[in-house]
Amino acid sequence: MNISLAAEPVFYLSHIPITNSLLVTWILMLVIVLLGIFIRFGSWVIPNKVQSFLEVIYESSYKFVNDMLGPKITPQVYPMAITLLLFIAIGNLAGLLPGMGSLFVPLEKHGEIEWMPLFRAVTADLNMTFALAIIAIIANQYFAIKFLGFSHYIKKFINFSSPINFFVGILEIISEFSKILSFSFRLFGNVFAGEVLLAVMYYLVPFAVPIPFIMMEVFVGLMQAFVFFLLFIVFVKVSLAEH
Amino acid sequence: MISGLTIAIGGIGPAIAIGLIASKAMEAIGRNPDAAPQIQTNMVLGLAFAEAIAIYSLVMALILKFV
Repeated sequence: MNISLAAEPVFYLSHIPITNSLLVTWILMLVIVLLGIFIRFGSWVIPNKVQSFLEVIYESSYKFVNDMLGPKITPQVYPMAITLLLFIAIGNLAGLLPGMGSLFVPLEKHGEIEWMPLFRAVTADLNMTFALAIIAIIANQYFAIKFLGFSHYIKKFINFSSPINFFVGILEIISEFSKILSFSFRLFGNVFAGEVLLAVMYYLVPFAVPIPFIMMEVFVGLMQAFVFFLLFIVFVKVSLAEH
Repeated sequence: MISGLTIAIGGIGPAIAIGLIASKAMEAIGRNPDAAPQIQTNMVLGLAFAEAIAIYSLVMALILKFV
């Protein structure tokens, strides 16, 4: 079995290692951007299948966010939330495609040739999920400052009105950092555990038995993308709540 | 051995928590079926928080095993 906790470098771009997760991230970015351009400039009055599918996703998710945040905030928050949802969902599902983890490329390391997997699921790399979590939390602070005003926002964290409020402010600062950790570990843990589970299943019984586990991984991948999306919206909602 | 114990002990608490959350949500849906969508959303949210604890121990177990 070939299981590695960290993403493996595939090639070096003048001493900067390009890992297999990063490679897949670039490919997926290309796919998503092309899809966006295609929908933006190629939309028809009578929609084809791709367009109707995306319209269903758009309308249902917009309604969902609108129910939680209200019509004033939703137009600002929605693009960020749907970007996270789509990217994580597509990344999780792409990790289950054939060829992920089974195509190898040679990499010369200290004079010997090592064989590295060419593709790896995007979110099975802690760097990626950590980056996504940091983006989500910084966006959350941005929305809080934008809608509450800076003085009102900072009062939540640094407050000298009473000793209790001061310590509550410190706890709020710690909780913002723990949100980053829980976001990134949840996504990484689920996806990487799925990869390990599938690898073990392929190793034990290579034929037919892994199929239900693949179906479970499809469900888990979509579920985790939805949980990330939902938690992002809930954190924005909580940070905008009046005290 | 240690990594097995990590996930085995770390899984107990979240398992109880997830069972409680799901049973209470089902009870609530049984009492008020019209509120099912909202209850389900909140249930998924609660499940995500409870599951995160299990995921922490899983990540620790995987780190102990493979690093």
